[in-house]
Amino acid sequence: MPEIKVTPLGAGQDVGRSCILVSIAGKNVMLDCGMHMGYNDDRRFPDFSYITQNGRLTDFLDCVIISHFHLDHCGALPYFSEMVGYDGPIYMTHPTKAICPILLEDYRKITVDKKGETNFFTSQMIKDCMKKVIAVHLHQTVQVDEELEIKAYYAGHVLGAAMFQIKAGCESVVYTGDYNMTPDRHLGAAWIDKCRPDLLISESTYATTIRDSKRCRERDFLKKVHETVERGGKVLIPVFALGRAQELCILLETFWERMNLKAPIYFSTGLTEKANHYYKLFITWTNQKIRKTFVQRNMFEFKHIKAFDRAFADNPGPMVVFATPGMLHAGQSLQIFRKWAGNEKNMVIMPGYCVQGTVGHKILSGQRKLEMEGRQILEVKMQVEYMSFSAHADAKGIMQLIRQAEPRNVLLVHGEAKKMEFLKQKIEQEFHVNCYMPANGETTTIFTNPSIPVDISLGLLKRETAIGLLPDVKKPKLMHGTLIMKDNSFRLVSPEQALKELGLTEHQLRFTCRVHIQDPRKEHETVLRVYNHLKGVLKDYSVQHLPDGSITVESILIQATAHSEDQGTKVLLVSWTYQDEELGSYLTSLLKKGLPQSTS
Amino acid sequence: MAAHLKKRVYEEFTKVVQQQHEDLSAKKLRLTKPSKSAALHVDLCKATSSADALQYLLQFARKPVEVESVEGVVRILLEHYYKENDASVRLKIASLLGLLSKTAGFSPDCIMDDAINTLQNEKSHQVLAQLLDTLLVIGTKLTENPSVRMRLVEVACKHLTDSSHGVRNKCLQLIGCLGPVEKGIAKEAESQAAKDVQKIIGDHFNDQDPRVRTAAIKAMLQLHERGLKLQQAIYSQACKLLADDYEQVRSAAVQLIWVLSQLYPESIVPIPSSNEEIRLVDDAFGKICHMVSDGSWVVRVQAAKLLGSMQQVSSHFLEQTLDKKLMSDLRRKRTAHERAKELYSSGEFSSGRKWGDDAPKEEIDTGAVNLIESGACGAFVHGLEDEMYEVRIAAVEALCMLAQSSPSFAEKCLDFLVDMFNDEIEEVRLQSIHTMRKISNNITLREDQLDTVLAVLEDSSRDIREALHELLCCTNVSTKEGIHLALVELLKNLAKYPTDRESIWKCLKFLGSRHPTLVLPLVPELLSTHPFFDTPEPDMDDPAYIAVLVLIFNAAKSCPTMPALFSDHTFRHYAYLRDSLSHLVPPLRLPGRKLVSSPVSPSITSHEDPSQQFLHQSLERVYNLQHLDPQGIQELLEFTIRDLQRLGELQSELAGMADFTATYLQCQLLLIKALQEKLWNVAAPLYLKQNALASAAAKQILEETYKMEFMYSGVESRQVVIIHHMRLQAKALQLIVTARTTRGVEPLFGMCEKFLQEVDSFQRCFISELPHMQGSFVDKLLDLMPRLVTSKPSEVVKILQTTLRQSTFLHLPLPEQLHRATANIIEPTGESDNPLRFTSGLVVALDVDATLEHVQDPQGTVKVQVLYPDGQAQLIHPKPADFRNPGPGRHRLITQVYLSHTAWTEPCQIEVRLLLAYNSNRSKASAKIPKATWSESLEALPQPENGIEGTIPFSKPVKVYIMPKPARR
Repeated sequence: MPEIKVTPLGAGQDVGRSCILVSIAGKNVMLDCGMHMGYNDDRRFPDFSYITQNGRLTDFLDCVIISHFHLDHCGALPYFSEMVGYDGPIYMTHPTKAICPILLEDYRKITVDKKGETNFFTSQMIKDCMKKVIAVHLHQTVQVDEELEIKAYYAGHVLGAAMFQIKAGCESVVYTGDYNMTPDRHLGAAWIDKCRPDLLISESTYATTIRDSKRCRERDFLKKVHETVERGGKVLIPVFALGRAQELCILLETFWERMNLKAPIYFSTGLTEKANHYYKLFITWTNQKIRKTFVQRNMFEFKHIKAFDRAFADNPGPMVVFATPGMLHAGQSLQIFRKWAGNEKNMVIMPGYCVQGTVGHKILSGQRKLEMEGRQILEVKMQVEYMSFSAHADAKGIMQLIRQAEPRNVLLVHGEAKKMEFLKQKIEQEFHVNCYMPANGETTTIFTNPSIPVDISLGLLKRETAIGLLPDVKKPKLMHGTLIMKDNSFRLVSPEQALKELGLTEHQLRFTCRVHIQDPRKEHETVLRVYNHLKGVLKDYSVQHLPDGSITVESILIQATAHSEDQGTKVLLVSWTYQDEELGSYLTSLLKKGLPQSTS
Repeated sequence: MAAHLKKRVYEEFTKVVQQQHEDLSAKKLRLTKPSKSAALHVDLCKATSSADALQYLLQFARKPVEVESVEGVVRILLEHYYKENDASVRLKIASLLGLLSKTAGFSPDCIMDDAINTLQNEKSHQVLAQLLDTLLVIGTKLTENPSVRMRLVEVACKHLTDSSHGVRNKCLQLIGCLGPVEKGIAKEAESQAAKDVQKIIGDHFNDQDPRVRTAAIKAMLQLHERGLKLQQAIYSQACKLLADDYEQVRSAAVQLIWVLSQLYPESIVPIPSSNEEIRLVDDAFGKICHMVSDGSWVVRVQAAKLLGSMQQVSSHFLEQTLDKKLMSDLRRKRTAHERAKELYSSGEFSSGRKWGDDAPKEEIDTGAVNLIESGACGAFVHGLEDEMYEVRIAAVEALCMLAQSSPSFAEKCLDFLVDMFNDEIEEVRLQSIHTMRKISNNITLREDQLDTVLAVLEDSSRDIREALHELLCCTNVSTKEGIHLALVELLKNLAKYPTDRESIWKCLKFLGSRHPTLVLPLVPELLSTHPFFDTPEPDMDDPAYIAVLVLIFNAAKSCPTMPALFSDHTFRHYAYLRDSLSHLVPPLRLPGRKLVSSPVSPSITSHEDPSQQFLHQSLERVYNLQHLDPQGIQELLEFTIRDLQRLGELQSELAGMADFTATYLQCQLLLIKALQEKLWNVAAPLYLKQNALASAAAKQILEETYKMEFMYSGVESRQVVIIHHMRLQAKALQLIVTARTTRGVEPLFGMCEKFLQEVDSFQRCFISELPHMQGSFVDKLLDLMPRLVTSKPSEVVKILQTTLRQSTFLHLPLPEQLHRATANIIEPTGESDNPLRFTSGLVVALDVDATLEHVQDPQGTVKVQVLYPDGQAQLIHPKPADFRNPGPGRHRLITQVYLSHTAWTEPCQIEVRLLLAYNSNRSKASAKIPKATWSESLEALPQPENGIEGTIPFSKPVKVYIMPKPARR
């Protein structure tokens, strides 16, 4: 039984550090190579020693696929390829390839320069690593080697996020990475065709959530911003540099355009500018609206959004500022927050989740007096809003994707165990397919029921289809032929050709059977009776009475002779070739029942 | 020599003679010429290779073939067909056969047998498919003949087993188009086709090729369209096809399911995997809803569109489409809509500013959560959130249609529609606003919903704002705060976009008159009156203040206690506004202010009848007094015209009618005046002056008749006859005048002939109306026709003159509804003193915004004219997309006109006006008269073909100050 083996090195019943090993038809593929946000020790990277203790990874892995540029999906890549050592191909989409190094460099800077860690990958390593990357297009089938091929599907989530189909022989696996089934302001929804993979590996971050319509959230957000700006207040939106920030920018930009607003919007500079540049370039990866209107104007060429300068924070009048980082724990966003917190006209909108201990979490939980460093107390008078904009598929979205792809097995990763349990049960119940949720390091084996392709000779196919009705997809069809297994290939040919190829002479195999019938009449009369009987029973077959006194039904020959001892008993000789076995045995059983009492 | 001959042949048979129907009676000119078939034959024989033959055939296909030679050509083609070995040539021949059988007037039954015969030995699948296509063409031309159809269907059935999808495709198409629709006939005919066509087609629902499956479903739909009642048994088959791998199959299957649900809405189908049963329409609705989340957007659009027309579905299922249970960490969560509603009903002011406001509440039983909804659940929630705007628009449209038929659903879908006001694509926003307007009589907006609706008023797109104003016109608001909110937002809108003035005032007018009781408590605040102190009088010219007053006055109309709250200046302002903006301010019954109210208000109800009566009476008077002395008639006409014009000014609803008749009487008056001149009998050259008057009259009558014919909507053929008759008279007058003034007979010949032709065409066009025209000019003229044709021009003129004088005045029957096309240029206003400066030689765009009323087909007829001070005139044809249609009979033109001129030293004014282009080819009479004769006769009519002369100015010109500066070097 062929099997597919899946071992998560990360993201098994967990969020972060996505890294999944898949062995399919003898090929080993690694899906994603991420880091874990929660750890600062060795646990932050997947344990690559699981693959091999010593020796290059290249010998054990056929390829690595990165689904998108988030660090929990690609953060360990330079470590993996340069420090552990891997020289094989790495596949990712074009936008991911473009943006990934920016994020990796940023990550490196924070870890090495700010936290002062040593033994970390260097800028050069990032560059070297990116040289090993092969970029793929959407829906492009890439042949990794002769048997292994991969194909990318659009996944929404962030720019360049893709789902990958991995196919070896007739077995296939789809890995979703992170995906989003509802479109947002800058990206479309994930889409896959009915590819019926043997296994679908899906993320399940929001396994137990069904979300409200995006529109309400957007409207609320815009209304709040608009009201504050009209009052003359300032709005601070702490964001992380990529992904949601662009969505909110587009949202505000179009709203400003629509409503003819004049208040300035600023975006704190840094890596965002570079990233925005790529967003401008990869228009084909965005949603319908942006794709349709970019001829007139590229939506990412913001008209109302300008670069932020530290001095602007003190300017009078309303303004909206996007500032990093998103949890208000350090940097520019915190500085601005401290400046503006005292005025009740101002507002801060937290567009995402905040980790416990950060300023963002404190103010969200309603704390109004914050103790900053230096023992000073900051009184927060500004309004605090929470607005969740997340780009993962919710439970319904996951089910929808499963419905679209029609997999034979589902495997859940990238989610909490408790939540997965619920979804697993639902999937098994609704789709009647097996669902797995391995923990990190745990191997799941899925047995597949492979279909084996056989080459059939055209002549045989035509001959066989000519008999009987048109072929039907749903019903199996019986056909006669010879299966030749030679040089690792299968061929179905007509028996004659097979004989010829094998250099054999044809032997005929006939079955002959005697049936005794009690009939006192003359031989030829008996033959006539048998003939009439058969003619009556076998209406669809050609029954012939030959002049030499024998009967043929198709190719079956029936002769009658009188019994040498008893003239009242006639011996019917039935003879058929093995091809007609079915009909022949039917005939004998029919004749054994005896002839009907003739009326004549 | 041969080349020459060949050239001759080509020359001759490329002449195409178009035969007109009226020529049938006349002698038929039959050209004896080498028919097309001969030439083709020669060509094909000459062809040495199949490639050559193909070339000849391709050339041949470019030219039309006349009806008589079609059969011959077909024979030659067939002959060649049998000889030809190359499949591509046979393919071309087969396609040519199809083309030829389409030739109008050719009956293809003679070639049908041959075409069927060719099928027999054909090996190539492509050619087979093409031949079947040809048979389809033949069959569609011979639909009345059941035996032919039967035979073709039989042929198609035979080829259904072909291994090529193309052939099967065509066969199914053929069966779909020609299969017997009436069951009885099918039974009688003892042929293979007698088998139920539905069954044959149904068998191919499971074909291995998706294209054939699609064709099978399409054929089934075709049968349905042709009137065959599909069997219910197909339903289960069709349901299976919904899960097909191919989008075109699914798309067609959705249609089929929809058709079946309309045919058998009430029959009961079992739910698989349970013992329950539901109505078929509900089941189908659920299935189509399911397709709204299909993988292919084409299918999604299709499904969303069809949902709208399934009105028999039970309300229980309908309401499920908007259902979406939210959940967070396995705990039930309320949707934003539910929260908003709860906040509203609890009376708390919407805060929405707490984190955890949306915190999940109770735990849910994991078993009870249904993630893949069965059936209709949340279909619209999905559709409205789709990534393709086509799907969203289709979903909004479907919502609209369903909500119109179900008030409870309308109430429920409100939240979702309001959400759509914030869609990223303007078209979707606009569509949802329109939808909301259409269902507005079923709904009342809650305050929080109103808030969201009003937020859109700041949109920079004019279309959106105006659509929203329209929506507000017919919205029900539940509270006085709502009204206040709406007013405040509208005033904000007014301040931001002053050009919206008219539309906002109109909106407030309706808002006021719909909610008088809600406005009442707001009045003191709105007018800022104070119980003890006098407040300063607001500025009367402030559009915002006018807006407030419009709201209040319209509310006061049905709320008699309101005027008591007005202060003195309000009454004064009322009087002023009632005069200046009478269309926005209704007549009010004000206590102690009899001066203002009494003359107007009592007559409101019974006002219409007397004026109508008056109109009819005055017309009656004119028509009856025909044999008065000429002086009397003239005076009477003059008075009546004056009366009518005044009536038109006073009664806007009768304006069209009054103007129309006044114009007609004016024409008559002019005619009489021209004929009354005493000097007609004196020798010609002496009255140049006199003659100027008469010819001017003739010219003016002509102009007026064109106006009457084309500027009024609702003119029927009865009126058109009269108008044409009047025009004929004017032409006669013109002829007489010319005859009098010109020397020599030469030019007269032509004119007479032309005139007689016109009389002739008049007779042909309006033959049915002639009996009503006893004693009229044309009636008499037709009696004299034989004499006229033979007599000399001078005599003709004499006869005409006497007939003109003796002829009676035709009674102009009035249609039910008559409206004069009007246009009003809103922008440019013509008030600006700042010249529009631009560099000479370059262009400047001038925004033109105009409202058009009662213009039929404005896209084709309305033009913008720009007149430069140097007399240069420029005619601009606006793009069709520049016209919007905000309501029945109303249009709005928002366009840009490009101006350019050489440099001027001074700024100067140019004139912009709208013109109504007409062309008597599109005369209103043409609908009634057989087309062929009519168009033919019109070509003979002298038409002012060039632009300006064929147009009627129908708006006041607006002056725009411009200044082309010389280019700087």
